Amino acid sequence: MDLSSINWILLLASLMVASTPILLAAIGELVCERAGVLNLGVEGMMITGAICGFAISVETQSATLGFIAAALSGAALSMIFGFLTQYLLSNQVATGLALTLFGLGLSALIGQGYIGIKGLEIASLHIPLLSDIPVLGPILFRHDLMVYVSIAIVAATWATLKYTRAGLILRAVGENHDAAHALGYKVIRIRLMAIAFGGACAGLGGAYLSVVRVPQWTEGMTAGAGWIALALVVFASWKPWRILVGAYLFGGLSVLQLNLQAAGLKVPVEYLSMSPYLITILVLVIMSSGRSRAALNAPAELGRSFHASS
Amino acid sequence: MIRLEKRPTPSKAWTYATPVLAVALTMLAGGLMFALLGKNPFLAIKTIFYDPILGEFAFYYRGQLLVKAGPLILIAIGLAMGFKAGIWNIGAEGQYIMGAICGAAVGLAFYPAEHWYIFPLMVIAGALGGLLWAMIPAILKVKFHTNEILVSLLLVYVAEQLLAAMALGALRNPDATGFPGSRNLQQYPAASNPELWAGTGIHYGVVAALIAVIFAYILLSRHLTGFHIQLAGQSPKAARFGGVNPTMLVVFCMGLSGALAGLAGLFEVTGPAGQIAINFNSGYGFTAIIVAFLGRLHPIGILLAGLLMALTYIGGEAAQATLQIPAAAIQAFQGMLLFFLLGVDVLSNYKIKRVKEGVA
Repeated sequence: MDLSSINWILLLASLMVASTPILLAAIGELVCERAGVLNLGVEGMMITGAICGFAISVETQSATLGFIAAALSGAALSMIFGFLTQYLLSNQVATGLALTLFGLGLSALIGQGYIGIKGLEIASLHIPLLSDIPVLGPILFRHDLMVYVSIAIVAATWATLKYTRAGLILRAVGENHDAAHALGYKVIRIRLMAIAFGGACAGLGGAYLSVVRVPQWTEGMTAGAGWIALALVVFASWKPWRILVGAYLFGGLSVLQLNLQAAGLKVPVEYLSMSPYLITILVLVIMSSGRSRAALNAPAELGRSFHASS
Repeated sequence: MIRLEKRPTPSKAWTYATPVLAVALTMLAGGLMFALLGKNPFLAIKTIFYDPILGEFAFYYRGQLLVKAGPLILIAIGLAMGFKAGIWNIGAEGQYIMGAICGAAVGLAFYPAEHWYIFPLMVIAGALGGLLWAMIPAILKVKFHTNEILVSLLLVYVAEQLLAAMALGALRNPDATGFPGSRNLQQYPAASNPELWAGTGIHYGVVAALIAVIFAYILLSRHLTGFHIQLAGQSPKAARFGGVNPTMLVVFCMGLSGALAGLAGLFEVTGPAGQIAINFNSGYGFTAIIVAFLGRLHPIGILLAGLLMALTYIGGEAAQATLQIPAAAIQAFQGMLLFFLLGVDVLSNYKIKRVKEGVA
C-alpha cells in the first residue's frame, strides 16, 4: 500500500460532502426524537427522497426543485407514519420498520425508468477570498450550497430548541406528554410537525446522495445510511451540535476507508466496506455503557404513544 | 368527532378479524397502485392471489409456495418470540446469511467425501452461525445497554459484505470460471437438501418450519419460558417482580431467533439457492417481520401468514412475467400490508366512539 498516494487535502475536502446525507437525516430524526417519537423509517424516507429528488432534478434540470421535491416526499411519507402512530396509536418500532420496507419498495418502483441516467452537474460555490485560502479553502469553502444549508439547519435547530418557546414546548412534549397536555399544548399536532420535519430532512439527505454526491440512481443506494443516522442521534446524546461532530467524524472515517481501498490496502474491499457499520456499532457500545450512558439523556417519553384519555 | 376508548382487554373477535381486514385493504390499495401503473387491477390481484393456487399453471406454482413459505415461517417464528417479549431482533437477514455461510463452509470442507453425518453437521453449523451472529446484539444489549434494533440491523450490512467476501474468496469454487460463487451444493449429494417428494416443494427446511411451529405453540401455551416471554412483553414491571430474569430472556429470544434464521439460511443454500453467491439473500429476513406481525405473533397465525406472503412472492413473479408488473411493486405491496395491519390494530385495542363536539 502506498499511503503517500492519498491526497490528504482532497480527503478532508470530500469529508464534508460525504457527511452531509447522514447529517441531514440525523438532525431531522433528532427533532423527532426530542418530541418523543422514535421513527425507525429514516432509511425508507431517505431512499424515497433520493429517487424523488433525482427524478425531479433530471426532469426539470433544476437541483433546487429536486431538493424541494425530496423534502416534500420525505415529509409526505413520514405523515403515513405520523397518522398510524399518533392517531391509530400503533407501535412506533413496528411502524417505523414498515415505513422502511415500504420506502425501499416504493423507491425501486419510482426509480425504474431512472437507472443508468446521469444526474446534473452541480457546481461548487466559489466564495471570493475564502475559497482561495490555501489548504483551508478547498477543505471548507469550495462545496455546493447544500453542504452549507445542512450546517445552517443544524444551527437553526440548536437555536430553536435552546432559545425559543417553540423549542421548549417541543422538548416538554418529549419529556412528559401528559404534563404538556395538561398545560394545553396539542401533543399530537406538535409531534406530527416534528415527524414531518424529520421526514423532510431525511428526504433532503437522500437527495443529496443521489443528486450531488453520486450523482446517479441505483436501487437501495442509501445502503444503511438511515440506520447510521439513527445511531448518530444516540451518539450525539440528542444534542444538535454533537450531531455535526459525529457526522463529520463518521464521514471522515468512511472517506478514509474509500481512500484506503483506492490506495490498494492489502485487505479485501469487502472488509473495508464493513468498517462504517462496525465503527457505528462500536460507537453505540461506547456511548451506551458506563457513566456517560446515552440513555440518561434520551427524551423520557421516547417511543411511547400518547392517548389523551389514559 | 371520533374518540378512541381503550378496551380493558384486546377484543378477541377483532384480533382474528384485523389480519383479514388488513389483507383486504391492502388488495384495494394495491389494486389502486396497479391501476396507477396502467395495469388492470382485477387481473393483477387475480394473477397474484388466485392463479398460483387454482389457475391453469397452478401445478408449477404450488410447489414453489412451500419453498418460499418455509424460510419465512422458520424465521418469523423466532422473531415473534422476541417481539412478544419486547426484544426487537430485526437483523434476521444477517443471521440468515451467516447460517448459510457457516453451514456451507462445513459442507464444502468435506468436499468431495460422502458421509451420512455431513448434512447433520452442516445443520448444526448453520444454526450456530445464526445464533452466534444474534448473540452480538444480545450480549451488547445485556452488557452495555446498546439498542438491539440498531446493532442487529447494522450487522445485516456487515453480513452482506462478509457474504461477498466469501463468495469471491474463501468459499469460491476453485473449478469454476464463470460468475463467482461457491460450489453448487445441490450437486454434492452428502450436503444437499433435495425436494423430498417431487412436485410438492417440501424440503428439510419446510419440515423444520413445521416442527418450529409446533414447538413454538407448546412453548408459548404450556411452558414457563413462554409465559415469561408474554409477561415481559405485556408488563415488564410485573415480570421483574415475578422473577423473570431479563438478561436470560434477551439471550434466549435473540439466540432462538438467530438460530432459526441461521437454519433457514442453511436449508436455502443447500436447497433452492444451491450455492453461496453475492446475491444469495433475497430479503426473507425482512419479509419475515411482516409475516410475524400478520400472524399476530402466534405460531398458527404465522403459519398461515407465511403461506400468504409466499403467495405474494410467487404471484408477484407470475405478475411480473405475464403483466410486466415490476418486482418493486410487490415489495411496496408487502410494505403496505404491514401499514394496514398496524393501522387496523387500533380496532382490537380501542373502542371507537362518536362523541358530540364540546364534551371534552
